[in-house]
Amino acid sequence: MVQQLVLLFARHLKKSLRSPVWILVGLFEPVLYLLLFMPLLKGLGGAPGLPTGGIERTFVPGLLVMLTLFTAGFVGFGVVDDKRIGFVERLMVSPTRRSAILLSMIARDLVMVVAQILVVTLLSLILGLSMHFLGFCAGLLMLVLVGVMMASFSYAVALSVTDEGNLASIANTVYMPILLLSGIMLPLTLAPRWLRIAAKFNPFSYIVDAERLLFAGTFGNAEIWQAFAIVIALAVATTALATSRLRKMSA
Amino acid sequence: MVSNPQMNIPDIVHARGLSKTYTVRQGRGQNAVVEAVKGIDLSIEVKEIFGFLGPNGAGKTTALKMLITLLAPTSGQATVVGFDLHRQAKQIRRVIGYVSQAGGTDTSATARENLILQAQLYGMTTDAARQRARELIDQLQMGDFAERSAMTYSGGQRRRLDLALGMVHKPPLLFLDEPTLGLDPQSRAHFWDEIQRLREEGATVFLTTHYMDEADKLCDRVSIIDRGVIVAEGTPGELKREIKGDSIVLGFDNDQVLSTSRLALADEPYIRESLVKDGKLHLYVERGEQDLPAIMRTLDDQFAAVTTVEFARPSLDDVFLQKTGRSLRDNESE
Repeated sequence: MVQQLVLLFARHLKKSLRSPVWILVGLFEPVLYLLLFMPLLKGLGGAPGLPTGGIERTFVPGLLVMLTLFTAGFVGFGVVDDKRIGFVERLMVSPTRRSAILLSMIARDLVMVVAQILVVTLLSLILGLSMHFLGFCAGLLMLVLVGVMMASFSYAVALSVTDEGNLASIANTVYMPILLLSGIMLPLTLAPRWLRIAAKFNPFSYIVDAERLLFAGTFGNAEIWQAFAIVIALAVATTALATSRLRKMSA
Repeated sequence: MVSNPQMNIPDIVHARGLSKTYTVRQGRGQNAVVEAVKGIDLSIEVKEIFGFLGPNGAGKTTALKMLITLLAPTSGQATVVGFDLHRQAKQIRRVIGYVSQAGGTDTSATARENLILQAQLYGMTTDAARQRARELIDQLQMGDFAERSAMTYSGGQRRRLDLALGMVHKPPLLFLDEPTLGLDPQSRAHFWDEIQRLREEGATVFLTTHYMDEADKLCDRVSIIDRGVIVAEGTPGELKREIKGDSIVLGFDNDQVLSTSRLALADEPYIRESLVKDGKLHLYVERGEQDLPAIMRTLDDQFAAVTTVEFARPSLDDVFLQKTGRSLRDNESE
């Protein structure tokens, strides 16, 4: 199973690297936010709910969560393509393990996500971000788990629908409220009470809070362990869901 | 192993009462039950080319997908290469090859890369996988394009690679779903040669097709399937002999005369069956050359309204037409 996973991972990675334009497209949006949106926040420094200095440390962790959400959350498009050309079916009829089929794709997605995170972080450091290194490493680990969760979710949906058009609308319908209700762009301390209560039901608001704490080098807070617990539970659940969708794909 | 009672040679595929039922949502909480395959029996012998002939939507692909472990049957039993379909899916996957309608070629890789990966997924070492890829590239004459991305292949080249991928692990049983769909005549002929050679090397081939010439020329035995039911089974020769005699196709000026003519001929003892299709009257008779004059005499005045007379030896299409009242050809354009 490990050998099959590695073989398929190599194939997927090679395929992704053959169209590097998609990697650049994935980086385009976060880089635009860094260059064109972050300066606006700097002007707001000291406004109620925002720290006076080091706004980058509030904004960049959120941006990285958003990058992970969207990069991993749309990987299902790739499997729709592999489904259409019959590649997935060919694997399903071979002795390849179902878990190897799924995990090899997720492993490739994580490589792409981590590469993008590193590029954006590097650029942020140049633009004035100061962060705690170990905190960043722990934050990266959490982002990897978020990547597993979002990629699995995306594959579960992609393996259930027959039409790529559906996939895009389902993804957008789910991701936009997640994004707006997580305090990714601006901290939820700015939000009215009802919005803050709504955000309590969004796992991403915990993840974003925890990331901000970790980037600042704060490890002791309960929020961090809560966020890890939430994201691990969701990653396990979505992976199980995607595996069962794969088993039932043609039924 | 399940044995064939007459010959005591085990069937490589043996299915009894295999069926698949889908529940389709129709909105407003209404569900419709679709019976894609309604309890079919199959006995396929070792080293035969077996064809599943039927129009699109007849249930061919559904039946095939059950046998290759991609779909769980709603009911029924089957053994494939001696393994039980319900309990031994993993063992079955090791010993069957499958070429889907879509093919399964990874278009982002070359033929050689495709073959090596496939061989490795079946557990071959890197060296053995490279060796097997070389063999298949030679055997199927893919040398000219083996190092190019599969994206650039013609339909025929792509199909050769699809077939090679199904053969990588030398399976004793190969399933092909509509293998020559959309191929030009030359590529089809080439493909047929390859299938025949596979059989000579000892493989059993199970294919689905809606081309009757493919079933006729390539297959040792054919099951005709329509609306989830097997309506006829036998060698192409047997099936055509069942029809016996010839078919005479008469074209008329207008439908009025066609109807009265059909009525006039209804009591003639030498006409085994008459059918109307595409505005023409199809008559199945014992001996066409003797019966045509008799038909002319019976129709008498009405024969003046006959515009065309065609004369044909029965084809598998006639078998299908007789069994189902519809033509296979009708479905090809769908």
